[in-house]
Amino acid sequence: MSVPMLEIDDLHVAVDGREILKGITLSLPAGEVHAVMGPNGSGKSTLSYTLAGREGYEITRGRILYQGEDLTQLAPEERATKGIFLALQYPVEIPGVTTLTFLKTALNAQRRARDETEFDAMHVLKLVREKAKALKVGEEMLKRPLNAGFSGGEKKRMEILQMALFEPKLAILDETDSGLDIDALKLVAEGVNALRALERSMLVITHYQRLLTHIVPDRVHVLSKGRIVKSGGPDLAMELEARGYEKMEAV
Amino acid sequence: MAAVRETTERVADLAGEKYKYGFVTDIEMERAEKGLNENVIRFISAKKGEPEWMLEWRLEAFQRWKEMKEPTWARVHYPKIDYQNAYYYAAPKSQSAAPKSLDEVDPKLLETYQKLGIPLSEQKLLAGVAVDAVFDSVSVATTFKAKLTEAGVIFCPISEAIRDYPELVRKYLGSVVPVTDNFFATLNSAVFSDGTFVYVPKGVRCPMELSTYFRINASETGQFERTLIIADEGSYVSYLEGCTAPKRDENQLHAAVVELVALERAEIKYSTVQNWYPGDEEGKGGIYNFVTKRGDCRGKGAKISWTQVETGSAITWKYPSCILRGDDTVGEFYSIAITNNFQQADTGTKMIHLGRNTRSRIVSKGISAGKAQNTYRGLVSVHPRAENARNHTQCDSLLIGSHCGAHTVPYIESRNPTAKLEHEATTSKISDDQLFYCLARGIPQEEAVALIVNGFCREVLQQLPMEFAVEAQKLVGISLEGSVG
Repeated sequence: MSVPMLEIDDLHVAVDGREILKGITLSLPAGEVHAVMGPNGSGKSTLSYTLAGREGYEITRGRILYQGEDLTQLAPEERATKGIFLALQYPVEIPGVTTLTFLKTALNAQRRARDETEFDAMHVLKLVREKAKALKVGEEMLKRPLNAGFSGGEKKRMEILQMALFEPKLAILDETDSGLDIDALKLVAEGVNALRALERSMLVITHYQRLLTHIVPDRVHVLSKGRIVKSGGPDLAMELEARGYEKMEAV
Repeated sequence: MAAVRETTERVADLAGEKYKYGFVTDIEMERAEKGLNENVIRFISAKKGEPEWMLEWRLEAFQRWKEMKEPTWARVHYPKIDYQNAYYYAAPKSQSAAPKSLDEVDPKLLETYQKLGIPLSEQKLLAGVAVDAVFDSVSVATTFKAKLTEAGVIFCPISEAIRDYPELVRKYLGSVVPVTDNFFATLNSAVFSDGTFVYVPKGVRCPMELSTYFRINASETGQFERTLIIADEGSYVSYLEGCTAPKRDENQLHAAVVELVALERAEIKYSTVQNWYPGDEEGKGGIYNFVTKRGDCRGKGAKISWTQVETGSAITWKYPSCILRGDDTVGEFYSIAITNNFQQADTGTKMIHLGRNTRSRIVSKGISAGKAQNTYRGLVSVHPRAENARNHTQCDSLLIGSHCGAHTVPYIESRNPTAKLEHEATTSKISDDQLFYCLARGIPQEEAVALIVNGFCREVLQQLPMEFAVEAQKLVGISLEGSVG
């Protein structure tokens, strides 16, 4: 069997000295989409920030392997360069920096770090326009400062646009459905589905099952109090929806 | 946009090379005796071949200065300056006779400016920018003179203007910043050595950007330049100054005076990219920058716009101001002040509304990092006759790290009930969320800081002439290197 895209082995993570993740083990093969479902406070965001390498998320035990390579010591920007992408639950505003400038800076920073030639402004614009169309991201949005004054739906579409642009091997979607109405949710889900590929894996982290009717996962893991308490096929999400987290946690 | 990319590229290129202008040119200098007395002033005046009236003007200023006290109201702290322990005149020996053309300029000086990125050969210059290069106390070269003369524009060292255009100089010198205006302006009036003179005649739109590049080279020497720009009725001129100095452990004094006069419907756009040596990470060395800059919108409908990017100097004390004397005049002040390590800046503007329907706009962006202190100090004053005066002030401060300070001291005086004055102020930090967001997109930390700060300053950077905006953006990134993490 080939090396999994992501292998999390007995991962313990502390934030401010308090242990949040208490031994997570999970294997995500190349080309698969797995969902991690859990209630508030179960450690969902901690897991996504830890995978992206955010400062302050201290791995106290266990390890994370990405394509067989230990990620633990890599800085966030190195992980991004290697093809790990995190779509944030709350995308951040950067006043005065137009969206297009930001996209170009990020794309070229990654390319530079990989010793690839950088793209000029025209080329980036062409690329971005191509990807933007499907997500209904207009020209006007690209000229505005990044995420400044964007609606919830616009912010999430911008995250997926970045994912399309950077073409990561591993995408982590942290509560991409939060704050979206049903139309916005469908649009985002279509964007994500269009990016499903044999050589790309996704970890879809969510509280609610509804996203998973649009992005159907290969497997579902239930996260509770910092541990994975149950794993199963897509039906598990339906079961959760029907029974609620409490019963599941009791298992 | 392209500029931001270049900014970040440059920041990457220059990592570890924090102040690249810190070299010294080894050239034989002629100096006045050390210290300040009447003899030194006579020496300077004689060196410049000045007429008697100019010498008297200087001596009178010196008499007044001796009775004045150094101001202490600004939020800057520094050891007492010993005014007798410095040289007030230093000039390359090779320049003792003013060069008549670029061919006569000492190659060592040409090389110095080349190294600073200011090639003085006209073929290599930025298209459409004329340069006056001031090295310590003398102007060493002025480019594109012929082309400007054709348009009727006078652009020359002020020492030359005093000799060649005495009636213009006598009429306007000291008419905006009086000899006794303040301690540093008075000192400058006594000992100023060189600087730039510009006169744009009636109805002429100056065909190119004018620019002066100030370089301090000699040690233990102060630079006291004097700039006078006159825009006659209906004319337009855009002027830019740049400044650098070698890295030294000592503090060097720079006390300049700039006077702008805009007559009826004239417009002056004055931009500064100030990058004097700021001192090292421990706060050792650096330039003390005490500068008086003021513009007078003397005629109806005149406009003066100041744009400054202040990244250098150990201490900056500077308040480019506008006297809105004529009716319907407009004053603008756009400022970026960046302080890192132990730098201190106390800078802002004064908008003095005297005429009717006068308008002013202030946009100040202060960025503070390391252990630096950054103060915006501004005055908006509306006089009784100034019906319908308008001012909008926006002061934004950005803090990087938790050991620096940002202070805002706005004074507002309104003596006319029709005035409409607005003041907005914000203070923010580069948040961990913003930094992490950039990192997670593959943008390394220093580049991320440069990107975020350039975004914060965008409104002001957009005011700079295009040729210099890119340079300024790079500078913003470089000045903040090492400020995070």
